[in-house]
Amino acid sequence: MPAQFLLNLFIAFLWMMFQDEDELRFATFFAGYLIGIAIIFLMHRFFGERFYLKRLFATVKLILIFASELVESSVHVLKHIMRPKVKIKPGIFRYETVLRGEWEVPALALLLTLTPGSVVMEVTPEGDAFYIHAMDVEESKEMLLKSLSKFEKAIMEVTR
Amino acid sequence: MNVSGIAEFIAALLILVGSMMAVVSAIGIIRFPDVYTRSHAATKSSTLAVLLTLSGAFLLFWINQSFVSVRILLGIAFVFLTAPVSGHMISRAAYRRKVKMSDTTVEDELYDVLHGEGKEREK
Repeated sequence: MPAQFLLNLFIAFLWMMFQDEDELRFATFFAGYLIGIAIIFLMHRFFGERFYLKRLFATVKLILIFASELVESSVHVLKHIMRPKVKIKPGIFRYETVLRGEWEVPALALLLTLTPGSVVMEVTPEGDAFYIHAMDVEESKEMLLKSLSKFEKAIMEVTR
Repeated sequence: MNVSGIAEFIAALLILVGSMMAVVSAIGIIRFPDVYTRSHAATKSSTLAVLLTLSGAFLLFWINQSFVSVRILLGIAFVFLTAPVSGHMISRAAYRRKVKMSDTTVEDELYDVLHGEGKEREK
């Protein structure tokens, strides 16, 4: 990945030099950078690795997914609060994650704890399973599992 | 209505919705039965409330005074980093001190792992 980025910077500098302007302009540099992106996108299969901006797109996608989940489950929790009679059945259940390592597991725990209706209570010492406290196990467990697998997929796209 | 008027309206709407959410989650802290469900109301809905209010303020500064406030963005980022950690720690500490769960709790798969047979003597 860093090789692609450095090459892209190099192309941008080269472009800026070739323009031979009186002063260094950021706009020219940026245009060169855009051209570098195009060139590297066409050539990236010769590097034998992913196109380096794909990770950026994956991050943006993760943030969008997170925002939509946040709004959806906030509305869910607020609805519970505003009901005339609080009727919730909380519970703790175990969830085994496919994510590994010290970046992916905390990222999933952070996103999950930020989404209303679920708190990560414990992470096993091996780091392969969570104990999740859900606010309404019977109603929203399905929803929670669905959003969990969505998060997992999005995180894996970023880190792997 | 010109552009800045529309943007001002959107910012005011964001701040209004955010503050309403903060009020509702404060009500939730009082109404929910036990520590664990209360921490849901306290840490979660309020993160969205803070996000909405701060982004409304950010928009207002940007449009009115053409001042891009990095500090507000940093505030959002740090609230989002710290709120889940505190929520996790509070409910974890409560569970380890065996704070009672509400009677409506339907399943608890963690109990055997932490407080099950033989674990008592280790402490």
